[in-house]
Amino acid sequence: MPAVAETIDTVRDVTEAGYKWGFESDIEQDIIPKGLDEDVVRLISDKKAEPAWLLEWRLKAFRAWQAMEAPHWAAVSYPPIDFQEASYYAAPRQTVAPKSLDEIDPELLRTYEKLGIPLKEQERLAGVAVDAVFDSVSVATTFKDKLAEKGVIFCAFSEAVHNHPELVKKYLGSVVPAGDNFYAALNSAVFSDGSFVYIPKGVRCPMELSTYFRINARNTGQFERTLIVAEEGSSVSYLEGCTAPMRDENQLHAAVVELVALDEASIKYSTVQNWYPGDAQGRGGIYNFVTKRGACRGAKSKISWTQVETGSAITWKYPSCILQGEGSVGEFYSVAITNNRQQADTGTKMIHLGKDTSSTIVSKGISAGFGQNTYRGLVRIMPKAHNARNFTQCDSLLIGDKCGAHTVPYIESRNPTAKIEHEATTSRIAEDQLFYCRQRGLSEEEAVGLIVNGFCREVLAVLPMEFAVEAQKLLAISLEGSVG
Amino acid sequence: MATSEAMLAIEGLAATVDEKPVLKGIDLSVPAGEVHAIMGPNGSGKSTLGYVLSGREGYDVTGGSVSFRGQDLLAMEPEDRAAAGLFLAFQYPVELPGVGNANFLRQALNAVRRKRGEAELDAMQFLKLVRAKMKVLGMSEEMLKRFVNVGFSGGEKKRNEILQMAVLEPAFCVLDETDSGLDIDALKIVADGVNALRGPERGMLVITHYQRLLAYIVPDRVHVLLGGRIVRSGGPELALELEEKGYGELQQAA
Repeated sequence: MPAVAETIDTVRDVTEAGYKWGFESDIEQDIIPKGLDEDVVRLISDKKAEPAWLLEWRLKAFRAWQAMEAPHWAAVSYPPIDFQEASYYAAPRQTVAPKSLDEIDPELLRTYEKLGIPLKEQERLAGVAVDAVFDSVSVATTFKDKLAEKGVIFCAFSEAVHNHPELVKKYLGSVVPAGDNFYAALNSAVFSDGSFVYIPKGVRCPMELSTYFRINARNTGQFERTLIVAEEGSSVSYLEGCTAPMRDENQLHAAVVELVALDEASIKYSTVQNWYPGDAQGRGGIYNFVTKRGACRGAKSKISWTQVETGSAITWKYPSCILQGEGSVGEFYSVAITNNRQQADTGTKMIHLGKDTSSTIVSKGISAGFGQNTYRGLVRIMPKAHNARNFTQCDSLLIGDKCGAHTVPYIESRNPTAKIEHEATTSRIAEDQLFYCRQRGLSEEEAVGLIVNGFCREVLAVLPMEFAVEAQKLLAISLEGSVG
Repeated sequence: MATSEAMLAIEGLAATVDEKPVLKGIDLSVPAGEVHAIMGPNGSGKSTLGYVLSGREGYDVTGGSVSFRGQDLLAMEPEDRAAAGLFLAFQYPVELPGVGNANFLRQALNAVRRKRGEAELDAMQFLKLVRAKMKVLGMSEEMLKRFVNVGFSGGEKKRNEILQMAVLEPAFCVLDETDSGLDIDALKIVADGVNALRGPERGMLVITHYQRLLAYIVPDRVHVLLGGRIVRSGGPELALELEEKGYGELQQAA
């Protein structure tokens, strides 16, 4: 079956009711006791047999974190998190590291199959290499050999620490410093795994790279770290997907993603975020507190963030670009949906440092039920950024009369040659639009799906095809029951 | 004159909008194969009749019944009425920003086909069908690529309604002031499109203020709606008479 049809079918299978990724896999796990102190940080580092420099780096981050306070400026509300109540490491129990997919616990493979992510290469999505992260560790990475022929490194972060320490040491924390913010510091102290990507000079990565994150264990947080380095003249498209079981308690996901693009390199980073959003009353769901940042270090480099955020109880996330290289380009395309009691405070930061840098921000926020959706974005033009350009478009769509949409743009220009445009709209799905669709035979939910997809088209259009189909269906599912 | 053979049989239909009575007891039967015109001045309840038949929210039925192909039309959801074969060509077609015209049409067609237990059309089958229909209607394919009704001229919007009608092939069409806002050339094109859809299996209700449309879509019967009631019915000549005398006389009589 062609990959796209497979994706459609998979998604259709899971669309029949509510959140269908909410199952729990029965897998023997290695979970460390609850609580967080320096010993836990040492234990995690020890479990990963890490070099001393990395342990030191973690400890530094941990000490910084201890002195920090959780941020309160976002327009989200939740009870204080007791960081001693979670466990900071969970891994499927496996005595010997698997050398091939045949050695992986079949239950684990089945979990990913259920999610529509077949890890066996002969069944994989066409042209996509997958790194599967289960709770805290990377369990499988497909197509490694094929990628290695081109010199592309795509592996678990912990593996990169051992096999490519010089690269990790050079770039880790170079975009998001260990003490950058509360959650980034926490991640730096306790991160367990994630993905590492290195694209050598002049190489166009021959396939899409993808990481699929799955939280399974109870009372654990997930703290993964992704580092992507694109050398001069190289390019890569990276996809990220995530789901979690349905649970009554909240779980914390605090990831850090760092991107580095050198001269004329381009990185496209796409996310379909579908963490469990909690139930209609707002019980349970993932707290998604994530720091994502890309550095366009080289001239004419380009970093493009595309995100479709349908999940999580709370989303706190601002994928950003530091536009340092002359003529570098930053893009942020986002769709964020909040339904029921979901809250999202998301946006981007575009920091223009270099000459002739340009950035584009297209944000589509959709609020339904009691959802609260905030776009928060910063465009900063520094004194040396001559002829910098920014275009921002923020559109909000409201469904029902109990939800909220908020737009909080910050614009700071310290260079008179800058051109900054900001457009914002807020609209509702009108009764006449729904009736028009229904008169043509579409159900109310199909009509909402269609109108919402139309509203998001500029963002969906830039998603890789594999994700676009899934994203369109997800939008419809996320809004089920939001009208009427 | 409501008979069980009529495709659409309306009896004693009363409806309110914002609690104000607008339809005050309508009796009307349209057999398959016939085109009936509803004429009347502004505010007589013409558009309300179209919305009540298609089930729009805010148009509350307070009495009477409507049987459509033997089914209780008023008990059905709007999309089920559409699947049962009822089509309303809107007086003011609605814009759907970002929604491609072809995509909309295909989703609508497949939704209706699903409800009827028919196989859905894939993109290729659909394109073949829609291209053939557009050719008959003399429409440019460029219209498929645009967003539904966004930036369409008045004439394009009306033609788009007729295209939807041609693709969905409904058993019964209600055309609500399809002539409004059209110049004479556009009117002819739209009328040709409607006439092409006339057939022994299909019924139509053409709602219009003016006679001029009826010169191109010649009805089998003409009904005059005034103050929420049908005050007169006749053959096509009634439309001409109204054109000459206006509604004044009838209004006084009512």
